[in-house]
Amino acid sequence: MNPANVRTPSVGPVAEALEHRLHSLWESPPGLAGFFSTVDHKKIGIRYIVTAFVFLVLGGIEALTMRLQLAGPDRTLLTPNQYDQLFSTHGMTMIFLYASPILSGFSNYLWPLLLGSRDMAFPRLNALSYWIYLAAGIFLYVGFLTGNGPNDGWFNYVPYAARDYNPGLNEDFYSLGMVFLGVSVTIGAANFIVTAMRLRAPGMSINRIPILVWGTLTANVANLIVVPAVSLAFFMLWMDRQFGTHFFDAGNGGQPLLWQHLFWIFGHPWVYAIVLPAMGMASDALPVFCRRPLVGYSVVALSTVATMILGFGVWVHHMFATGLPSLGLSFFSGASIAITVPSAVAVFAWLATIRLGRPVTTTAFLFFSSMIVLFVIGGVSGFMTASVPVDWQLTDTYFVVAHIHYVLIGINVFPVVGAVYFWFPKMTGRLMDERLGRWNFWTMFIGFNVAFLPMHLTGLLGMPRRVYTYADGMGWDTLNLITSIGSLVLAVGVLLLVVNVFRSLKHGAVAGDNPWDAPTLEWSVSSPPPPYNFAVIPTVASRHPLWEGRLEETQARSSLSRGMELKSGKEVIGTTSLDAAPDIILEMPGDTFAPLCVAIGMALTFAGLLLKSWACVWVGGVIVALSLLAWLWPRRKLREREPEPAGAVESAHG
Amino acid sequence: MSATPLAYLSSAGTRADITLPLTYLTLIISIIVCVVITWLLWRGLRRAGARGGAEAMRSIPVQQGDNGVRWIKFGLWLSALPLLVTLVWTMVALAKVAAPFGQPALTLDVTGHQWWWEAVYHGAGPSETFRTANEIHIPVGVPVQVRLHGADVIHSFWVPKLAGKTDTIPGQTNTSWLQARQPGRYQGQCTEYCGFQHAHMGFEVVAESRDDFERWRSHQLQPAPAPASDAQQRGMQLVVYRCGLCHTVRGTSAGARYAPDLTHLMSRRLIAAGALVNNPGNLLGWIEHPQGVKPGSLMPDQFLSGQQLSDLRAYLETLQ
Repeated sequence: MNPANVRTPSVGPVAEALEHRLHSLWESPPGLAGFFSTVDHKKIGIRYIVTAFVFLVLGGIEALTMRLQLAGPDRTLLTPNQYDQLFSTHGMTMIFLYASPILSGFSNYLWPLLLGSRDMAFPRLNALSYWIYLAAGIFLYVGFLTGNGPNDGWFNYVPYAARDYNPGLNEDFYSLGMVFLGVSVTIGAANFIVTAMRLRAPGMSINRIPILVWGTLTANVANLIVVPAVSLAFFMLWMDRQFGTHFFDAGNGGQPLLWQHLFWIFGHPWVYAIVLPAMGMASDALPVFCRRPLVGYSVVALSTVATMILGFGVWVHHMFATGLPSLGLSFFSGASIAITVPSAVAVFAWLATIRLGRPVTTTAFLFFSSMIVLFVIGGVSGFMTASVPVDWQLTDTYFVVAHIHYVLIGINVFPVVGAVYFWFPKMTGRLMDERLGRWNFWTMFIGFNVAFLPMHLTGLLGMPRRVYTYADGMGWDTLNLITSIGSLVLAVGVLLLVVNVFRSLKHGAVAGDNPWDAPTLEWSVSSPPPPYNFAVIPTVASRHPLWEGRLEETQARSSLSRGMELKSGKEVIGTTSLDAAPDIILEMPGDTFAPLCVAIGMALTFAGLLLKSWACVWVGGVIVALSLLAWLWPRRKLREREPEPAGAVESAHG
Repeated sequence: MSATPLAYLSSAGTRADITLPLTYLTLIISIIVCVVITWLLWRGLRRAGARGGAEAMRSIPVQQGDNGVRWIKFGLWLSALPLLVTLVWTMVALAKVAAPFGQPALTLDVTGHQWWWEAVYHGAGPSETFRTANEIHIPVGVPVQVRLHGADVIHSFWVPKLAGKTDTIPGQTNTSWLQARQPGRYQGQCTEYCGFQHAHMGFEVVAESRDDFERWRSHQLQPAPAPASDAQQRGMQLVVYRCGLCHTVRGTSAGARYAPDLTHLMSRRLIAAGALVNNPGNLLGWIEHPQGVKPGSLMPDQFLSGQQLSDLRAYLETLQ
């Protein structure tokens, strides 16, 4: 870099004039134009959360419909075709359209606030990844609503997904929709990784970042590695279906098991990707409610990473029954048993934090602490399936259905609802109602356990998964009825959450900056935060900047009210990856319609591919190309430079 | 049959016998872990400093507190022991259940179809080989090797009382083996999702004494008897011209292999891959309107007249 181009940012206190200037620089314009062009991470984060929550409700309605069908033996509410599409769409919705995006939403909203930055590293990519997520979700649901939903489970095994056995558009919608969605995940992952590595406040060295950041960072490194596998698999499937390739076609030298390897080499790390950030939320929030720092920060952070690394080596435990050699199976069995160890670290860290702290029972705390038990139940049932001979009995029975729901509801939904209660005041400026919160918690907790704890027994009594009905006389009738009743109670609990959110938006008590007396940077700014997050960039001296003075962690003090002003444009400070030493002033892009236009163009392209309308593909492609051209058009103001007359900058340009 | 025919908390065959104690071990470890963790959490929660909302929070001062890493160490040691035991036991059990000890007494081929099971018993020559469907007979007390094939999509072969699951995958041959301790009927079920009628893709394994098995086998080798009455004659013609498009009845010219071999249909306890008990009412109802019993099934409705149905019944009942 040309040294003439480098400048030292001015340092000053938080001042009204500064805030005013930053506000005019960072605020999105009002109205529809601002709505569709904003790149503000907080707005995008909330959009992610709301959209994912809508999908959670849709997936829940699908689940309730299935539970009505399964409430008793030989019921005929649904035809097999309807049931198959419902259970497949339910899985797709919950796993791809709810569980991951909701965490992206929280991380999007929280990361720059946690890290002491003013935005994500690539704000326009951030907007793009949301629009693509929305477009892909709509694309997939158009399939479902026109009777062409996925009908081969979320795992989508071939050859049943091949055209010979599945001639409709169902699998084309699913294949293309998943490739489309994969773009969003990949973009988001790159953005998270760069943000964590480069956009932390000065002084926030790698051993001071909140565990949520560790969780999301780890999950997104994994996504970046494994999403290509599943995108490739779905693309190959689509080629098999529409262009007569034979990747998975055993009759022509293809290999059906190839699908399972590609899918699970993605699928298992993905399971960790949708729980690690949620575990991170618990690791950050539980200590606040226990009025002390987290026990074993370093081991918890390391165990997060260790889980992911081991998580790459366990995918075959989804394939124990496929006839692979025992020697290979024993390796994956061992790895699957070993992966319990890092999870145990997190569990005991949380338990110790509660035990050695002075817990305050709030609704959020109830969600986070009950999650420990649900996590353990989901963990031990997973441990059982890790043992190959046992798994040969357990797999593909309702035992595994119970397991996956303890994992996904226990370690994703519960901490997410806890996070809603915890961070809602930051996002809206108002606290949620605690009384309604208790009702919310207890209906969800009781409903969930009534629905899914007996389901383990249903599985042990041999009920296979993915059956649209079952005969009486198998010993499953009562258990299924109990599960159906429990699922209704759980649904009421989720409804109470929705009621509480809407009520508290209007009538909640005013929160103030830091209602929970929490230690991290997001609580040092107003609720809701200003568009620029931090008037001056904070300088961080410990893991708990707002608890310094009360903890004996360090003598040094973070500086929150005096720091870099960075006011000559939309600027943030880039820091070094490990030590977070100030390194570079980054110019952030302004609001733009380009991401929305790219997403629309891509949606047209995918719709054209689905319908084999090449004109539509061309139109979509041209829209994408033009939007990218506008997006990438070089702009002088995005260069790091002195805010000097243009001529001086011109001569320094190299 | 027991009240819970697919439950795997009891066993009746060697492989299931080896697996069951390990299942119980892991189950008991799991329950103990859940109880201990819940108890630890409960004890922690009972020390709650306050309850309520944000105000209660601010009333409790923040403290550095104890370092507490010893708890994590304790937790890891506590977890390590059962994990290690399970790991070793798993490897030992895996070695035992993966392949039978010694030569199998019988090898048969089982193919998963949408949505029924085909079994082929091999003899010294083609005349000693026969096919049957959805009811697999094995001699008791000896290991029987089952070679598994996939005809269309992936299915999974599971007889919980005898052995765990093995998938049937097109393009590859997997092997499973069964060894029943006592004579009896053991229910089996497809456990890999395979389409509309995955729910009704059951079968039975009949374990019987060597003599009974040999008797059954030699009976199954017989072709269908010639029709003895006019009604049976007309019934046979219906079978040949309609059923014969997909089914086989050995001894007639019905010889297609898309669907179950019907030569000894009446010797089976169940029809429609375990969906119905084989009695005349069910049988004729199934033939006339299979889409009512198993929607999406590959067998079309037949629209036969009353006369045709009674002829059909007269003939089918000779297929003992």
